[in-house]
Amino acid sequence: MQDFGGAFVEAFSRVLAADADLVEIVVLSLRVSLAAVGIACLIGLPLGAALAVARFPGRGVVLVLVNALMGLPPVVVGLAVYLLLSNAGPMGVLQLLYTPAAMIVAQCVLVTPIVVALSRQIIESLHQEYDEQLRSMGLSRLQAVPTLLWEARFGLLTVILAGFGRAIAEVGAVIIVGGNINHVTRVMTTTIALETSKGNLGLALGLGMILLVLAIGVNAAVMVLRGADRTAHA
Amino acid sequence: MAIAGFLRDAEASSSRAAIALPVRMRDVVYEIAGKRLIDGLSLSLRARSRCVVMGPNGSGKSLTLRILQGLLQPTSGTITWSDGAPGHAERRARRSAIVMQRPVLLRRSVAANLEHALAVYGERRSERRGRVEALLAMAELEHLAARPARVLSGGEQQRLSVVRALAAEPALLLLDEPTASLDPRATAMIEALIDRAHRQGVGIALVTHDIGQARRTADEVVFLSHGRVAEAAPARAFFAGPRSEAAAAYLDGRLFY
Repeated sequence: MQDFGGAFVEAFSRVLAADADLVEIVVLSLRVSLAAVGIACLIGLPLGAALAVARFPGRGVVLVLVNALMGLPPVVVGLAVYLLLSNAGPMGVLQLLYTPAAMIVAQCVLVTPIVVALSRQIIESLHQEYDEQLRSMGLSRLQAVPTLLWEARFGLLTVILAGFGRAIAEVGAVIIVGGNINHVTRVMTTTIALETSKGNLGLALGLGMILLVLAIGVNAAVMVLRGADRTAHA
Repeated sequence: MAIAGFLRDAEASSSRAAIALPVRMRDVVYEIAGKRLIDGLSLSLRARSRCVVMGPNGSGKSLTLRILQGLLQPTSGTITWSDGAPGHAERRARRSAIVMQRPVLLRRSVAANLEHALAVYGERRSERRGRVEALLAMAELEHLAARPARVLSGGEQQRLSVVRALAAEPALLLLDEPTASLDPRATAMIEALIDRAHRQGVGIALVTHDIGQARRTADEVVFLSHGRVAEAAPARAFFAGPRSEAAAAYLDGRLFY
Protein backbone atom coordinates (compact mmCIF):
# COMPACT_ATOMS: atom_id res chain seq x y z
CA MET A 1 0.00 0.00 0.00
CA GLN A 2 1.37 3.37 -1.03
CA ASP A 3 1.79 6.26 1.33
CA PHE A 4 -0.63 8.65 -0.41
CA GLY A 5 0.03 11.42 2.06
CA GLY A 6 3.75 11.19 1.38
CA ALA A 7 3.08 11.22 -2.36
CA PHE A 8 1.12 14.46 -2.07
CA VAL A 9 3.83 16.06 0.02
CA GLU A 10 6.44 15.06 -2.54
CA ALA A 11 4.24 16.29 -5.37
CA PHE A 12 3.78 19.72 -3.77
CA SER A 13 7.43 20.08 -2.90
CA ARG A 14 8.48 19.14 -6.47
CA VAL A 15 6.06 21.68 -7.93
CA LEU A 16 6.98 24.42 -5.48
CA ALA A 17 10.72 23.80 -5.85
CA ALA A 18 10.37 23.77 -9.64
CA ASP A 19 12.15 20.41 -9.68
CA ALA A 20 14.43 20.19 -12.74
CA ASP A 21 12.96 16.93 -14.07
CA LEU A 22 9.48 18.26 -13.68
CA VAL A 23 10.26 21.56 -15.40
CA GLU A 24 11.92 19.78 -18.30
CA ILE A 25 8.85 17.62 -18.82
CA VAL A 26 6.42 20.51 -18.55
CA VAL A 27 8.44 22.62 -20.99
CA LEU A 28 8.64 19.80 -23.52
CA SER A 29 4.89 19.19 -23.20
CA LEU A 30 4.11 22.83 -23.83
CA ARG A 31 6.58 23.04 -26.71
CA VAL A 32 5.13 20.00 -28.45
CA SER A 33 1.48 20.90 -27.91
CA LEU A 34 1.85 24.59 -28.76
CA ALA A 35 3.74 23.73 -31.95
CA ALA A 36 1.11 21.14 -32.87
CA VAL A 37 -1.73 23.58 -32.25
CA GLY A 38 0.08 26.33 -34.15
CA ILE A 39 0.51 24.16 -37.22
CA ALA A 40 -3.04 22.82 -36.89
CA CYS A 41 -4.33 26.41 -36.88
CA LEU A 42 -2.26 27.40 -39.91
CA ILE A 43 -3.87 24.52 -41.78
CA GLY A 44 -7.23 24.34 -40.06
CA LEU A 45 -8.42 27.94 -39.78
CA PRO A 46 -8.22 28.82 -43.50
CA LEU A 47 -9.55 25.37 -44.38
CA GLY A 48 -12.46 25.71 -41.96
CA ALA A 49 -13.25 29.17 -43.28
CA ALA A 50 -13.05 28.01 -46.89
CA LEU A 51 -15.36 25.09 -46.09
CA ALA A 52 -17.77 27.52 -44.45
CA VAL A 53 -18.09 29.76 -47.51
CA ALA A 54 -17.48 27.40 -50.43
CA ARG A 55 -20.26 25.51 -52.15
CA PHE A 56 -19.26 22.44 -54.13
CA PRO A 57 -20.63 18.97 -54.87
CA GLY A 58 -19.83 16.59 -52.03
CA ARG A 59 -19.54 19.36 -49.45
CA GLY A 60 -21.94 17.54 -47.14
CA VAL A 61 -19.79 14.39 -47.23
CA VAL A 62 -16.68 16.44 -46.44
CA LEU A 63 -18.41 18.06 -43.47
CA VAL A 64 -19.51 14.69 -42.08
CA LEU A 65 -15.97 13.36 -42.48
CA VAL A 66 -14.37 16.36 -40.80
CA ASN A 67 -16.81 16.15 -37.90
CA ALA A 68 -16.13 12.42 -37.57
CA LEU A 69 -12.37 13.04 -37.55
CA MET A 70 -12.80 15.19 -34.44
CA GLY A 71 -13.29 11.97 -32.52
CA LEU A 72 -10.22 10.18 -33.91
CA PRO A 73 -8.90 7.70 -31.33
CA PRO A 74 -5.41 8.91 -30.36
CA VAL A 75 -3.89 5.44 -30.37
CA VAL A 76 -5.04 4.90 -33.94
CA VAL A 77 -3.48 8.22 -34.94
CA GLY A 78 -0.33 7.19 -33.08
CA LEU A 79 -0.25 3.91 -34.96
CA ALA A 80 -0.80 5.61 -38.33
CA VAL A 81 1.92 8.18 -37.72
CA TYR A 82 4.19 5.40 -36.44
CA LEU A 83 3.71 3.45 -39.68
CA LEU A 84 4.34 6.61 -41.67
CA LEU A 85 7.54 7.54 -39.86
CA SER A 86 9.03 4.11 -39.12
CA ASN A 87 12.10 3.09 -41.09
CA ALA A 88 10.03 0.96 -43.43
CA GLY A 89 7.39 3.68 -43.85
CA PRO A 90 7.07 6.22 -46.65
CA MET A 91 8.59 9.00 -44.53
CA GLY A 92 11.14 6.83 -42.75
CA VAL A 93 14.05 8.66 -44.35
CA LEU A 94 13.23 11.71 -42.24
CA GLN A 95 14.25 9.74 -39.12
CA LEU A 96 11.60 11.47 -37.05
CA LEU A 97 10.31 8.53 -35.05
CA TYR A 98 10.91 8.88 -31.31
CA THR A 99 11.61 12.60 -31.56
CA PRO A 100 9.47 15.54 -30.38
CA ALA A 101 8.82 16.28 -34.08
CA ALA A 102 6.97 12.98 -34.40
CA MET A 103 4.86 13.88 -31.39
CA ILE A 104 4.05 17.25 -32.94
CA VAL A 105 2.93 15.51 -36.14
CA ALA A 106 0.68 13.12 -34.18
CA GLN A 107 -0.92 15.85 -32.09
CA CYS A 108 -1.34 18.01 -35.16
CA VAL A 109 -3.27 15.21 -36.86
CA LEU A 110 -5.52 14.99 -33.80
CA VAL A 111 -6.08 18.72 -33.43
CA THR A 112 -6.50 19.81 -37.07
CA PRO A 113 -9.96 18.24 -37.53
CA ILE A 114 -11.14 19.96 -34.35
CA VAL A 115 -9.92 23.32 -35.62
CA VAL A 116 -11.43 22.77 -39.07
CA ALA A 117 -14.82 21.56 -37.84
CA LEU A 118 -15.34 24.12 -35.07
CA SER A 119 -14.04 27.09 -37.06
CA ARG A 120 -16.25 26.01 -39.98
CA GLN A 121 -19.31 26.19 -37.71
CA ILE A 122 -18.42 29.60 -36.29
CA ILE A 123 -17.51 31.14 -39.64
CA GLU A 124 -20.52 29.71 -41.42
CA SER A 125 -22.91 31.49 -39.07
CA LEU A 126 -20.91 34.72 -39.38
CA HIS A 127 -20.90 34.34 -43.12
CA GLN A 128 -24.69 34.23 -43.19
CA GLU A 129 -24.68 37.55 -41.40
CA TYR A 130 -22.03 39.22 -43.57
CA ASP A 131 -22.46 37.55 -46.95
CA GLU A 132 -24.64 40.18 -48.61
CA GLN A 133 -22.69 43.11 -47.19
CA LEU A 134 -19.30 41.76 -48.24
CA ARG A 135 -20.52 40.73 -51.68
CA SER A 136 -22.03 44.18 -52.14
CA MET A 137 -18.53 45.55 -51.58
CA GLY A 138 -17.28 43.38 -54.42
CA LEU A 139 -15.66 40.61 -52.39
CA SER A 140 -16.10 37.07 -53.61
CA ARG A 141 -16.83 34.31 -51.11
CA LEU A 142 -13.18 33.29 -50.89
CA GLN A 143 -11.97 36.88 -50.76
CA ALA A 144 -14.22 37.32 -47.74
CA VAL A 145 -12.30 34.67 -45.78
CA PRO A 146 -9.67 36.98 -44.20
CA THR A 147 -12.40 39.40 -43.07
CA LEU A 148 -14.49 36.56 -41.65
CA LEU A 149 -11.50 35.05 -39.83
CA TRP A 150 -10.85 38.36 -38.11
CA GLU A 151 -14.54 38.90 -37.30
CA ALA A 152 -14.61 35.42 -35.75
CA ARG A 153 -11.48 36.04 -33.69
CA PHE A 154 -13.04 35.63 -30.26
CA GLY A 155 -14.86 32.45 -31.21
CA LEU A 156 -11.74 31.12 -32.89
CA LEU A 157 -9.67 31.67 -29.75
CA THR A 158 -11.95 29.22 -27.99
CA VAL A 159 -11.43 26.81 -30.87
CA ILE A 160 -7.66 27.15 -30.51
CA LEU A 161 -7.89 26.59 -26.76
CA ALA A 162 -10.10 23.53 -27.30
CA GLY A 163 -7.45 22.20 -29.66
CA PHE A 164 -4.73 22.91 -27.13
CA GLY A 165 -6.74 21.10 -24.46
CA ARG A 166 -6.98 18.04 -26.67
CA ALA A 167 -3.26 18.12 -27.48
CA ILE A 168 -1.86 18.66 -24.00
CA ALA A 169 -4.09 16.00 -22.40
CA GLU A 170 -3.50 13.33 -25.02
CA VAL A 171 -1.37 10.29 -24.20
CA GLY A 172 -2.08 7.43 -26.64
CA ALA A 173 -0.55 8.93 -29.77
CA VAL A 174 2.55 10.56 -28.31
CA ILE A 175 3.54 7.48 -26.32
CA ILE A 176 3.56 5.41 -29.54
CA VAL A 177 5.46 7.84 -31.78
CA GLY A 178 7.56 9.46 -29.06
CA GLY A 179 8.46 6.34 -27.13
CA ASN A 180 8.45 8.11 -23.76
CA ILE A 181 12.25 8.39 -23.74
CA ASN A 182 13.64 10.06 -20.64
CA HIS A 183 14.93 13.61 -21.32
CA VAL A 184 13.94 13.31 -25.01
CA THR A 185 10.28 12.61 -25.57
CA ARG A 186 8.82 12.36 -22.10
CA VAL A 187 5.83 14.66 -21.68
CA MET A 188 3.42 15.17 -18.79
CA THR A 189 0.82 12.60 -19.77
CA THR A 190 3.26 9.85 -20.69
CA THR A 191 5.27 10.47 -17.53
CA ILE A 192 2.15 10.20 -15.40
CA ALA A 193 1.29 6.88 -17.04
CA LEU A 194 4.81 5.54 -16.58
CA GLU A 195 5.51 6.81 -13.08
CA THR A 196 2.13 5.63 -11.82
CA SER A 197 2.80 2.13 -13.11
CA LYS A 198 6.21 2.25 -11.39
CA GLY A 199 4.54 3.32 -8.16
CA ASN A 200 6.40 6.63 -8.21
CA LEU A 201 3.35 8.68 -7.31
CA GLY A 202 5.00 11.94 -6.26
CA LEU A 203 6.13 13.02 -9.73
CA ALA A 204 2.92 11.70 -11.31
CA LEU A 205 0.75 13.65 -8.90
CA GLY A 206 2.81 16.82 -9.35
CA LEU A 207 2.40 16.65 -13.11
CA GLY A 208 -1.26 15.81 -12.71
CA MET A 209 -1.75 18.96 -10.64
CA ILE A 210 -0.01 21.06 -13.28
CA LEU A 211 -2.19 19.55 -16.02
CA LEU A 212 -5.30 20.32 -13.99
CA VAL A 213 -4.21 23.90 -13.41
CA LEU A 214 -3.56 24.25 -17.14
CA ALA A 215 -7.01 22.87 -17.94
CA ILE A 216 -8.68 25.24 -15.50
CA GLY A 217 -6.57 28.14 -16.75
CA VAL A 218 -7.50 27.42 -20.37
CA ASN A 219 -11.19 27.29 -19.51
CA ALA A 220 -10.99 30.46 -17.47
CA ALA A 221 -9.29 32.18 -20.40
CA VAL A 222 -12.10 31.05 -22.68
CA MET A 223 -14.72 32.49 -20.34
CA VAL A 224 -12.91 35.81 -19.97
CA LEU A 225 -12.48 36.16 -23.73
CA ARG A 226 -16.13 35.36 -24.39
CA GLY A 227 -17.16 37.91 -21.82
CA ALA A 228 -14.88 40.52 -23.38
CA ASP A 229 -16.37 39.78 -26.78
CA ARG A 230 -19.91 40.20 -25.55
CA THR A 231 -19.29 43.47 -23.77
CA ALA A 232 -17.12 44.98 -26.50
CA HIS A 233 -18.98 44.05 -29.65
CA ALA A 234 -22.56 43.33 -28.62
CA MET B 1 -11.56 69.22 -50.05
CA ALA B 2 -12.59 68.72 -46.45
CA ILE B 3 -16.14 69.65 -47.30
CA ALA B 4 -16.19 67.32 -50.23
CA GLY B 5 -15.34 64.51 -47.85
CA PHE B 6 -15.12 61.46 -50.03
CA LEU B 7 -14.52 63.54 -53.13
CA ARG B 8 -10.86 64.19 -52.84
CA ASP B 9 -10.25 66.33 -55.86
CA ALA B 10 -11.58 67.44 -59.18
CA GLU B 11 -9.93 64.51 -60.85
CA ALA B 12 -11.95 62.04 -58.80
CA SER B 13 -15.04 64.00 -59.67
CA SER B 14 -14.39 63.89 -63.39
CA SER B 15 -13.52 60.19 -63.32
CA ARG B 16 -16.85 59.65 -61.61
CA ALA B 17 -18.53 61.61 -64.40
CA ALA B 18 -16.86 59.34 -66.93
CA ILE B 19 -18.65 56.33 -65.51
CA ALA B 20 -21.77 58.22 -64.55
CA LEU B 21 -25.26 56.91 -64.97
CA PRO B 22 -27.78 56.34 -66.31
CA VAL B 23 -28.39 52.71 -65.70
CA ARG B 24 -31.16 51.10 -67.65
CA MET B 25 -32.97 47.92 -66.64
CA ARG B 26 -34.94 46.40 -69.48
CA ASP B 27 -37.52 43.60 -69.17
CA VAL B 28 -35.86 42.30 -66.05
CA VAL B 29 -37.38 39.13 -64.64
CA TYR B 30 -36.39 37.54 -61.38
CA GLU B 31 -37.85 34.17 -60.54
CA ILE B 32 -37.33 31.98 -57.55
CA ALA B 33 -38.87 28.54 -57.22
CA GLY B 34 -41.08 29.27 -60.21
CA LYS B 35 -42.48 32.46 -58.68
CA ARG B 36 -41.99 35.68 -60.63
CA LEU B 37 -41.01 38.25 -58.06
CA ILE B 38 -39.82 40.74 -60.65
CA ASP B 39 -41.98 40.51 -63.73
CA GLY B 40 -40.62 42.36 -66.73
CA LEU B 41 -39.39 45.46 -64.99
CA SER B 42 -37.98 48.28 -67.10
CA LEU B 43 -36.53 51.32 -65.45
CA SER B 44 -34.02 54.07 -66.17
CA LEU B 45 -32.14 56.00 -63.55
CA ARG B 46 -30.76 59.31 -64.71
CA ALA B 47 -27.32 60.50 -63.72
CA ARG B 48 -27.07 62.46 -60.49
CA SER B 49 -30.78 62.45 -59.84
CA ARG B 50 -32.70 61.28 -56.80
CA CYS B 51 -35.09 58.48 -57.54
CA VAL B 52 -37.41 57.26 -54.81
CA VAL B 53 -38.73 53.75 -55.28
CA MET B 54 -42.08 53.15 -53.62
CA GLY B 55 -44.61 50.38 -53.56
CA PRO B 56 -46.31 47.99 -51.19
CA ASN B 57 -44.50 45.15 -49.46
CA GLY B 58 -43.62 42.40 -51.89
CA SER B 59 -43.73 44.67 -54.92
CA GLY B 60 -40.05 44.05 -55.64
CA LYS B 61 -38.36 47.22 -54.37
CA SER B 62 -35.58 45.56 -52.41
CA LEU B 63 -35.06 42.94 -55.09
CA THR B 64 -34.66 45.70 -57.67
CA LEU B 65 -31.93 47.36 -55.60
CA ARG B 66 -30.19 44.02 -55.05
CA ILE B 67 -30.28 43.26 -58.76
CA LEU B 68 -28.83 46.71 -59.52
CA GLN B 69 -26.06 46.09 -56.99
CA GLY B 70 -25.29 42.72 -58.57
CA LEU B 71 -26.22 40.78 -55.44
CA LEU B 72 -28.88 38.90 -57.38
CA GLN B 73 -28.70 37.73 -60.96
CA PRO B 74 -31.88 38.37 -62.92
CA THR B 75 -33.48 35.37 -64.56
CA SER B 76 -33.72 37.34 -67.78
CA GLY B 77 -33.54 40.89 -69.04
CA THR B 78 -30.68 43.32 -69.35
CA ILE B 79 -29.06 45.89 -67.13
CA THR B 80 -26.94 48.42 -68.98
CA TRP B 81 -24.72 50.93 -67.27
CA SER B 82 -23.69 53.92 -69.27
CA ASP B 83 -20.05 52.86 -69.10
CA GLY B 84 -20.88 49.95 -71.39
CA ALA B 85 -20.98 46.24 -70.89
CA PRO B 86 -21.14 44.90 -67.35
CA GLY B 87 -17.63 44.87 -65.95
CA HIS B 88 -16.20 42.50 -63.40
CA ALA B 89 -17.37 42.51 -59.83
CA GLU B 90 -14.92 45.17 -58.66
CA ARG B 91 -16.05 47.73 -61.20
CA ARG B 92 -19.66 47.03 -60.34
CA ALA B 93 -18.90 47.73 -56.71
CA ARG B 94 -17.55 51.14 -57.64
CA ARG B 95 -20.49 52.02 -59.84
CA SER B 96 -22.92 51.59 -57.04
CA ALA B 97 -22.95 50.94 -53.32
CA ILE B 98 -25.83 49.75 -51.21
CA VAL B 99 -27.07 50.61 -47.73
CA MET B 100 -29.34 48.01 -46.16
CA GLN B 101 -32.22 48.57 -43.78
CA ARG B 102 -30.27 46.95 -40.96
CA PRO B 103 -26.62 48.01 -40.86
CA VAL B 104 -24.28 45.02 -40.94
CA LEU B 105 -21.15 46.33 -39.24
CA LEU B 106 -17.94 44.52 -38.50
CA ARG B 107 -16.94 43.67 -34.93
CA ARG B 108 -14.36 46.42 -34.95
CA SER B 109 -14.17 50.09 -34.12
CA VAL B 110 -16.07 52.69 -36.12
CA ALA B 111 -12.86 53.87 -37.79
CA ALA B 112 -11.74 50.29 -38.49
CA ASN B 113 -15.02 49.59 -40.27
CA LEU B 114 -14.26 52.43 -42.67
CA GLU B 115 -10.63 51.39 -43.02
CA HIS B 116 -11.75 47.89 -43.96
CA ALA B 117 -14.10 49.25 -46.62
CA LEU B 118 -11.40 51.50 -48.04
CA ALA B 119 -8.94 48.60 -48.14
CA VAL B 120 -11.51 46.47 -49.97
CA TYR B 121 -12.05 49.31 -52.43
CA GLY B 122 -8.32 49.40 -53.11
CA GLU B 123 -7.55 52.71 -51.43
CA ARG B 124 -3.84 53.14 -50.86
CA ARG B 125 -2.78 52.63 -47.25
CA SER B 126 -1.23 56.10 -47.03
CA GLU B 127 -4.50 57.73 -48.08
CA ARG B 128 -6.82 55.74 -45.84
CA ARG B 129 -6.39 57.68 -42.63
CA GLY B 130 -7.29 60.98 -44.22
CA ARG B 131 -10.31 59.53 -45.95
CA VAL B 132 -11.49 57.83 -42.76
CA GLU B 133 -11.36 61.20 -41.02
CA ALA B 134 -13.28 62.89 -43.81
CA LEU B 135 -15.94 60.19 -43.81
CA LEU B 136 -16.23 60.30 -40.02
CA ALA B 137 -16.67 64.06 -40.17
CA MET B 138 -19.32 63.72 -42.83
CA ALA B 139 -21.26 61.30 -40.62
CA GLU B 140 -20.61 63.39 -37.50
CA LEU B 141 -19.06 60.37 -35.83
CA GLU B 142 -15.55 61.70 -35.12
CA HIS B 143 -16.06 61.49 -31.37
CA LEU B 144 -17.02 57.81 -31.67
CA ALA B 145 -14.17 56.77 -33.97
CA ALA B 146 -12.59 54.37 -31.48
CA ARG B 147 -15.84 52.86 -30.20
CA PRO B 148 -16.88 49.34 -31.23
CA ALA B 149 -19.25 49.94 -34.15
CA ARG B 150 -21.89 47.48 -33.01
CA VAL B 151 -22.62 49.24 -29.74
CA LEU B 152 -23.55 52.52 -31.41
CA SER B 153 -27.19 53.61 -31.49
CA GLY B 154 -29.28 52.61 -34.49
CA GLY B 155 -28.99 56.07 -36.04
CA GLU B 156 -25.22 56.20 -35.56
CA GLN B 157 -24.82 52.73 -37.03
CA GLN B 158 -26.85 53.71 -40.07
CA ARG B 159 -24.85 56.93 -40.58
CA LEU B 160 -21.71 54.82 -40.45
CA SER B 161 -23.09 52.43 -43.02
CA VAL B 162 -24.03 55.30 -45.34
CA VAL B 163 -20.52 56.77 -45.29
CA ARG B 164 -19.06 53.28 -45.59
CA ALA B 165 -21.02 52.95 -48.83
CA LEU B 166 -19.81 56.39 -49.93
CA ALA B 167 -16.25 55.20 -49.33
CA ALA B 168 -16.69 53.28 -52.59
CA GLU B 169 -17.08 56.64 -54.38
CA PRO B 170 -20.13 55.23 -56.13
CA ALA B 171 -21.88 56.88 -59.04
CA LEU B 172 -25.13 55.57 -57.61
CA LEU B 173 -26.03 55.11 -53.96
CA LEU B 174 -28.73 52.52 -53.35
CA LEU B 175 -30.60 52.75 -50.06
CA ASP B 176 -33.07 50.11 -48.94
CA GLU B 177 -35.36 51.68 -46.33
CA PRO B 178 -32.38 53.15 -44.48
CA THR B 179 -34.53 54.95 -41.90
CA ALA B 180 -37.26 52.34 -41.39
CA SER B 181 -36.31 51.73 -37.78
CA LEU B 182 -35.03 55.19 -36.86
CA ASP B 183 -36.57 58.05 -34.90
CA PRO B 184 -37.28 61.40 -36.61
CA ARG B 185 -34.01 63.03 -35.57
CA ALA B 186 -31.88 60.10 -36.72
CA THR B 187 -33.95 60.03 -39.91
CA ALA B 188 -33.24 63.71 -40.52
CA MET B 189 -29.51 63.11 -40.13
CA ILE B 190 -29.59 60.27 -42.65
CA GLU B 191 -31.55 62.44 -45.08
CA ALA B 192 -28.97 65.21 -44.63
CA LEU B 193 -26.23 62.73 -45.50
CA ILE B 194 -28.10 61.56 -48.59
CA ASP B 195 -28.66 65.16 -49.60
CA ARG B 196 -24.99 65.95 -49.19
CA ALA B 197 -23.92 62.96 -51.25
CA HIS B 198 -26.37 64.01 -53.94
CA ARG B 199 -25.02 67.55 -54.02
CA GLN B 200 -21.57 66.05 -54.56
CA GLY B 201 -22.78 64.30 -57.68
CA VAL B 202 -23.87 60.90 -56.43
CA GLY B 203 -27.07 59.52 -57.92
CA ILE B 204 -29.57 58.28 -55.36
CA ALA B 205 -32.02 55.40 -55.51
CA LEU B 206 -33.97 55.28 -52.28
CA VAL B 207 -36.56 52.71 -51.30
CA THR B 208 -38.91 54.01 -48.65
CA HIS B 209 -42.39 53.61 -47.24
CA ASP B 210 -42.17 57.02 -45.62
CA ILE B 211 -44.23 59.29 -47.86
CA GLY B 212 -42.94 62.42 -46.16
CA GLN B 213 -39.39 61.27 -46.81
CA ALA B 214 -40.24 60.57 -50.41
CA ARG B 215 -41.63 64.10 -50.82
CA ARG B 216 -38.52 65.60 -49.23
CA THR B 217 -36.03 63.51 -51.17
CA ALA B 218 -37.38 62.65 -54.60
CA ASP B 219 -36.63 64.24 -57.96
CA GLU B 220 -38.55 61.40 -59.49
CA VAL B 221 -40.66 58.55 -58.20
CA VAL B 222 -40.87 54.99 -59.44
CA PHE B 223 -43.87 53.12 -58.12
CA LEU B 224 -43.68 49.34 -58.22
CA SER B 225 -46.55 46.92 -58.02
CA HIS B 226 -46.36 43.14 -58.44
CA GLY B 227 -42.79 43.30 -59.69
CA ARG B 228 -43.51 45.83 -62.41
CA VAL B 229 -43.26 49.57 -62.75
CA ALA B 230 -46.81 50.83 -62.23
CA GLU B 231 -45.78 54.44 -62.62
CA ALA B 232 -42.63 56.48 -63.11
CA ALA B 233 -43.01 60.24 -62.90
CA PRO B 234 -41.32 63.43 -61.75
CA ALA B 235 -41.89 63.79 -58.01
CA ARG B 236 -43.96 66.93 -58.25
CA ALA B 237 -46.39 65.38 -60.75
CA PHE B 238 -46.53 62.12 -58.86
CA PHE B 239 -47.49 63.66 -55.54
CA ALA B 240 -49.89 66.14 -57.19
CA GLY B 241 -51.86 63.23 -58.58
CA PRO B 242 -50.56 59.77 -59.39
CA ARG B 243 -51.87 58.40 -62.65
CA SER B 244 -51.86 54.74 -61.66
CA GLU B 245 -54.62 53.32 -59.51
CA ALA B 246 -52.05 51.34 -57.48
CA ALA B 247 -50.07 54.44 -56.54
CA ALA B 248 -53.18 56.49 -55.80
CA ALA B 249 -54.47 53.77 -53.50
CA TYR B 250 -51.09 53.48 -51.79
CA LEU B 251 -50.83 57.21 -51.13
CA ASP B 252 -54.39 57.21 -49.73
CA GLY B 253 -53.60 54.27 -47.49
CA ARG B 254 -56.16 52.13 -49.26
CA LEU B 255 -55.73 48.45 -50.00
CA PHE B 256 -55.37 47.73 -53.68
CA TYR B 257 -54.73 44.44 -55.41
